[in-house]
Formats: sequence, structure tokens, C-alpha cells
Amino acid sequence: MKKALLLLLFVLYAGSVFAAGDKNSIQVKGSDTMVNLAQAWAEKFMEENPGDLVAVTGGGSGTGLSSLISGTCDIAMSSRNIKPKEIDLAKQKGINPFEIKVGMDGLAVVVNPQNPVSKLTIQQLADIFTGKVTNWKEVGGKDLKIVVLSREVNSGTHVYFKEHVLRKGDVNGKEEFSPSALMLSSSQAIADEVAGNPSAIGYYGMGYISAKQKAIQVARDDKSEYIEPKTDNVINGKYPISRPLFVYCNGEPKGLVKKFIDFDLSKEGQGIVLKTDFVPIK
Amino acid sequence: MRKIKEFIIQKLILICGLASIFFVILIFLFLLKEGLALFKIVTPLDFLLGRSWYPISEPPKLGILPLILGSLLVTIGAAIISIPIGVGCAIYIAEIAPLKIKEVLKAGIELLAAIPSVVLGFIGMVTLVPLVKNIFHLPTGLTALSGSIMLAFMAMPTIVSIAEDALYSVPKNYKEGALALGATHWQTIWRVMLPAASSGILAAVMLGIGRVIGETMAVMMITGNSAVIPQSILQPVRTLTATIAAEMGEAVVGSEHYFALFAIGIVLFVISFAINVTADLFLHRRQ
Repeated sequence: MKKALLLLLFVLYAGSVFAAGDKNSIQVKGSDTMVNLAQAWAEKFMEENPGDLVAVTGGGSGTGLSSLISGTCDIAMSSRNIKPKEIDLAKQKGINPFEIKVGMDGLAVVVNPQNPVSKLTIQQLADIFTGKVTNWKEVGGKDLKIVVLSREVNSGTHVYFKEHVLRKGDVNGKEEFSPSALMLSSSQAIADEVAGNPSAIGYYGMGYISAKQKAIQVARDDKSEYIEPKTDNVINGKYPISRPLFVYCNGEPKGLVKKFIDFDLSKEGQGIVLKTDFVPIK
Repeated sequence: MRKIKEFIIQKLILICGLASIFFVILIFLFLLKEGLALFKIVTPLDFLLGRSWYPISEPPKLGILPLILGSLLVTIGAAIISIPIGVGCAIYIAEIAPLKIKEVLKAGIELLAAIPSVVLGFIGMVTLVPLVKNIFHLPTGLTALSGSIMLAFMAMPTIVSIAEDALYSVPKNYKEGALALGATHWQTIWRVMLPAASSGILAAVMLGIGRVIGETMAVMMITGNSAVIPQSILQPVRTLTATIAAEMGEAVVGSEHYFALFAIGIVLFVISFAINVTADLFLHRRQ
């Protein structure tokens, strides 16, 4: 569904390349986590600067960065750091990725509201997502098989969750998502499946939490406090699964790209960050 | 003047004819060039029979056995559902239906073929997936079975229209002869018409299956995409096509992952080529 939408956007975009050669329009592409945020920025920005055009597309952090490398977008949104491999590749193509941190995000682990489990430690989460624990009763729930939901590998959220929850930040870790984890192509798809399935567990950026899902309180280990994924808890660093959000552009930002990024970092832009359930950095 | 015109038109048509072959060859060469590069890193046996698919880990694990089995399971499921219904429908249209119903049915089936697969996938996701989950009391409805059912809808138009063609082109005197010898209508269909049209019907089935195995969008949306070796049709599976579609955006050009996706493309190409050749053989035997 989303892929098709992307295709449609791609076609529209391909058309617009030929139509508008001059640079009063920029393409922003990448992280699905950040797409709502960037869309909100773009709408406000275009309202204040009539004549400037900012087009926002999702697809995943990897998709955004590879578009930046191949020169098909001006700004890549990414919910993870760029990989050394990607930097090498960009250098080969004469592109110099420039990183700007624009906000923070807490990763929420969600279950169906009918699920009695509401607190888990990082270790328990790792066991569930690697497939060591397969029944909810092992972590204090009903006798139900756990349905593990994950994002596809093109998602920055997938990579972050693997590195910081499954492998607990250990760069040499070997833990992988359980092969029986369902790979869904968007955060919304995970939200929908969790809303309708009492045995499902999934993860996504805090912004996607609604009344149809229950966010799990997470603790670093069994001696620590269980913390709810809330903006305050991410700002003060109590919530254990939070990550920076970046935008990348080619070299030091200039022209419209700079104008847009400056807007993102302005008081107004950071207000939008807060409004879309992310955490401002300023 | 007329001769020159004739000559130009002939050559133009010749170029059009050759162009399609030329493009197929180009595509195939590109696929080979990008896909075979993988086998410098992974042996073909490890690639085809490897049991884990973790393309972005360090080092990546690139075994596509779960994906091949996933594709096969979904395809077999779809074949089991669509062949009896499709052939039955073709028999009804060709032999039994009165003219008016026949027109309506044929139009309906053409309409079914016209529904984009994303739309079918979306409908399946909202209606079929919860249904499958509730009927079989499964932890999730995103299963191979859901995929099979949706794909059966996609194979049906191909199967019905080609099988109906095959039945229609059985010489009239076969049927008249059978009826004159006192056979009932059903006996005529079962013992005379079906055997006479068998190669065409087989071709229809093969082409239908070919459509199913190459289908991407709908399966990606409703089969759950977990790369595990399936034990039953009520489990989530990940197919070859969905893997390419879901991961192509992430694959860094020139990485093992990128080559592996092209190698999957070769595997798919070989499978659908084999299916098409088989269908072609059946079609030629008929003539």
C-alpha cells in the first residue's frame, strides 16, 4: 500500500524534475518516523514563505540516505546515524553528507490494551524480540503465543531497536530479530496490527501511540524504575530507549536547504517537534 | 511508391518485433551481471539452501531457502484454490451457460483482471486477514493462507479466459458425436471435451501460476513477511518478490545485499521462465 504510494509520489516527483528546473523547490525524503514531523514543518514553512516548495516523502532512513547519495533528494531524514559504508559510497559519488540533529524520539514498545502486561525490562524485551520468550505467561501475561512485529530492514527504527534493545548497545552483539517476527512495512501497519491483535507486541516512535495501543513502561534492568515513554522522560534521559533524529544534506546547507533547516531549528520549528510528539533539542 | 511504403512499414514492424527480444536480452544480461557478482562472496549452494536471511547484519546471512519455500507455499495454496474454481468456471462459460449469462460472466472476469493488485491486497488486509485469524484461532491473520486466497483471485482471470478459449476451440463434431452416441451432457464434457482441451487447460493453469509467483504487492501486504521456514500454511511467510520490493530501498548499491536481491531476481526469472516454457510446450502440443 505504502510502497505503491511511494511509487506514485516518485512518478509525480520524476515529472516535477522536468517541470521545475530552478531551485525554489526541495525534496525531503527518508525516515518514516520523521515523515509527519517533516510534513508539519514543510506546511508551516511554505505558509510563511509562499513560492518555496518543500516536498516530503517517507520510505525509511535507508531509502532517504540512498536517495541523497544518488542525488535524487536534497535533504535526507534519518532516525539513525549514517553508516560508514554509506559515507564511503557518498564520497565516491562526490556527495558529502552533512549531519544536523533536529530532535529526539522515544521509541515506544506497544501492546494491545487488552494485554495485562504493562511493564517490561530491556532484558525481557530482548528475549521477546529475539524469540527466546514465546509466550506471554513467561513475562506475567495470559497463556498466549507472542506475535512479534518488527519494521522492515530499511527502517532506521528497526536498526536502532536491534542495536540498542536486542544487542543492548554492544556493537559486537550477535542477537537478531526472531525469524518468525512479522516484518511490516510501516509504523502505521504495526499500530493497526497491535490495535487488533491481543497477542501482538511492536515498537515505533512515540508519535504513533494512540488510545488503541498501550505503551509499555520500560526499565533498564529489574532494579531500575519502570518509565513511561513520555516527552519529559525522554528530555531528562530517564526513558531508556530514546534516540536522536537527524537530517542530512550535501555539504554545508545553503540556499533553500539552509532556510528550511534553520526553520526546523528555530523556536517555531522546535515547537512543531513537540507538537508532533517528538522531543525538541532546544 | 507503394513498394517503398510497404518496405518501410515492413522494416518498422520488424524493428518493433526485434525490440522486445532485444530488451528481454538486455534485462537478462543486467540481471546476470548484478546477480552473479554475489557468488564471489557466497557459494550458490549456501545462497539457495541457507536457512537464515539477515541481509543487513555484519556479516550478512544470505540464505534464501525460507523465501523460496514461502513463495512455493503461497503459490501451491493459490493453485489449489484457483484451478478447480477457474476450470469449473471455464466449463460453465464455454459449455453450459446461456448466451446472456455467458456475456455477463466474461465481462465480470475481465473486470476481476482489471483490479490492481494493491487494491486486492488492501481489501485482503482489512477483510480477509481478520477473518482467517478468527476462523482458525491464530495468533495473527497475516499468513500464507491469506496470501494464497488473494492470489487465487489474481490467477483466476488468466485461467478462466485461456481455459475457456481451449474448450471453445475443440471441434464441434467431437461434441456432436458424443451426444449422438447417447452420452449425457456431463459425460460429454468430462470424457470428451476436457481430454480434447487438456493441453490448453494445462497451459492456462501454468500461466495462472506464473502470474501468482511473480505477484508482489498483495503478498507483501498480507503474508506477514517473516523469513522463517514454513511448517504449515497457517504461518506467516516471506516470498522472494516481497523481499526484493521491501528491501531494494535500503540496499546500498554495490553491497552484498544489493547483489543478493539481484540474485533473487535471477531465481525468480528462472522459475517463471520454466513455467512459461512448460505452458508453451502444452500449447504447442495442442496444435
